[in-house]
Amino acid sequence: MQPSNALNYDYSVAKYFMFTTIIFGIVGMGIGTLIAFQMAYPDLNYLAGEYGTFSRLRPLHTNGVVYGFMLSGIFATWYYIGQRVLKVSMSESKFLMFIGKLHFWLYVLVIALAVVSLFAGLSTSKEYAELEWPIDLLVVVVWVLWGISIFGLIGIRREKTLYISLWYYIATFLGVAMLYLFNNMEVPTRLVSGMGSWLHSVSMYAGSNDALVQWWWGHNAVAFVFTVAIIAQIYYFLPKESGQPIFSYKLSLFSFWGLMFVYLWAGGHHLIYSTVPDWMQTMGSIFSIVLILPSWGSAINMLLTMKGEWGQLRENPLIKFMVLASTFYMFSTLEGPILSIKSVNALAHFTDWIPGHVHDGTLGWVGFMTMAALYHMTPRVFKRELYSKSLMEAQFWIQTTGIVLYFASMWIAGITQGMMWRATDEYGNLAYSFIDTVTVLIPYYWIRAIGGLLYLVGFFMFTYNILKSISSSKPIDREPVSASPMAA
Amino acid sequence: MFSWLEKNPFFFAVFVFIFIAYAGVVEILPDFADRARPVEGKKPYTVLQLAGRQVYINDSCNACHSQLIRPFKSETDRYGMYSISGEYAYDRPFLWGSKRTGPDLWRVGNYRSTDWHENHMKDPTSVVPGTIMPAYKHMFNKNADIETAYAEAFTIKKVFNVPYDAENMPKLGSWDEAKALAKEEAAAIVGQMKDQDVKDAFERGEIREIVALIAYLNSLK
Repeated sequence: MQPSNALNYDYSVAKYFMFTTIIFGIVGMGIGTLIAFQMAYPDLNYLAGEYGTFSRLRPLHTNGVVYGFMLSGIFATWYYIGQRVLKVSMSESKFLMFIGKLHFWLYVLVIALAVVSLFAGLSTSKEYAELEWPIDLLVVVVWVLWGISIFGLIGIRREKTLYISLWYYIATFLGVAMLYLFNNMEVPTRLVSGMGSWLHSVSMYAGSNDALVQWWWGHNAVAFVFTVAIIAQIYYFLPKESGQPIFSYKLSLFSFWGLMFVYLWAGGHHLIYSTVPDWMQTMGSIFSIVLILPSWGSAINMLLTMKGEWGQLRENPLIKFMVLASTFYMFSTLEGPILSIKSVNALAHFTDWIPGHVHDGTLGWVGFMTMAALYHMTPRVFKRELYSKSLMEAQFWIQTTGIVLYFASMWIAGITQGMMWRATDEYGNLAYSFIDTVTVLIPYYWIRAIGGLLYLVGFFMFTYNILKSISSSKPIDREPVSASPMAA
Repeated sequence: MFSWLEKNPFFFAVFVFIFIAYAGVVEILPDFADRARPVEGKKPYTVLQLAGRQVYINDSCNACHSQLIRPFKSETDRYGMYSISGEYAYDRPFLWGSKRTGPDLWRVGNYRSTDWHENHMKDPTSVVPGTIMPAYKHMFNKNADIETAYAEAFTIKKVFNVPYDAENMPKLGSWDEAKALAKEEAAAIVGQMKDQDVKDAFERGEIREIVALIAYLNSLK
């Protein structure tokens, strides 16, 4: 085939996942905003009886955002990027098309089951792995289908060399597969005893070991869902949108293999001052700090891709989203190592600083990148201009304000909380009772909730913009080479 | 080397996997050898306590309460002796939590009573003014799932050799025996409670979730 002949890529599966990204984004962030307000104003816990309490909704929020919104975004971009960097269309293979569609529908089924079971209070209590064993098995099937799709498409590729984004998608697939399988090892009690609930199971691991495996998963789900898969996206979309080549191939290489080599150790930093062996806590702490190098390697590589072209920031809000995403990535991968230093961890662990840290990564880095990816894909998938540039600008600033309110309030809250827990009076007795450290945080909870609300409002603007682009925007006859066309 | 890998997806994937997996091997496996042993005097949860633990899990109490006391004076002053690994040998899953919106509960059995827990779950602000914890009234009208708790105890005894029925250890026995034991244990708690519905239900042979939960919380010492 001649390189000048554009292939006719088939985006049907990508489209499905684009819609679920938006739907689950609204649901997950909506619940997140609600539970943020519940902490400031507890009466909101009683909107729906036992189904509306903070504790029931919190796993729904995390699962909804991580596995509903982010994973949908990852799958959507995979079914878009995969074909393009491998120079092969999904319509060329009936089998892969079938796998892609099956992947989508089973995925939707799993999410539906997850929502119902979590609402019902069925949970294994392991953070970010709360689903009961029958659903876990379905998750494995969905994941395998994605793997078939990745390696199947690679198998029939025309482009011999794997583009950087593919490295990261492969790593996401393998990393999550390994972590998920080991962390979710459980024994279904009904199968052994013949009685009780079919859904119930016990963990294969006990106590400290269980904690170790859980945080090996818990942190590295962050690694391979929030980080690796999002880097896959920015390595494709930023050069495409800006028309600039990636700054350095060597830096890409260094940061990829460095990240793979170091990241898994970082899980140990969740267990500092716990009952796991001290050497492990120390390794978790040290490797978390080393992790700055590969993380900043990717981020700097991205930012320098814009070298000499910073003017595009003024013209193109999409670039703005991606540059801010990289900046937030640098920010949270500096904050994380700081939190892993033992003395800082002693103060910050168990406090609101931690959700603050998580959210500047997820809202700033993952959220912004995912939305930028969808904005970039929309004109190319639906062959229409983006509906409104000024709406996009407004959204950018509203959401950025939201994030700043979020992490700033949680920093103050977390440090206040940590300092009050340890404060003593002149005789060495504790200066505050626990409830003092709760009530003092209420103002910060309000600020956080408002920050979250702003981000949600921005997401509604995003949704509106995308839907308007698809339904009533100006058609384009030729695919844009770089900058996405957008109406003022 | 790297450019060769980029043209050979199979080997690329293998290399990536090795790069990811080695840390787990170094970090996790050695720990499994000796960290799951119970400390002297630690006993597995009774069936009623396991049912209560399940209530704790189902309502994600661990989203706001930790069960891990760190070795700092401020924490040992507040909650009691710091946690040690062997105390968690029967915790499947572990419930350390990651956030303290409310206080740590690992030794809550030492300083809170049945009566306090009852009031706390029914109307938290009645015992802790200013608290942001929601009430969990549904625990007073739903029955605890004793059968699944028995299934769990049976499973961990069989699969993980948890020493039920051993000398000085909780008795498990058959399902009927276990049921009778759970009733007996529940009777002591219901006797100290005020809620008339819970008492009436117990008279009818039903054990409410709140009773099991309190049994579990009282066992945390």
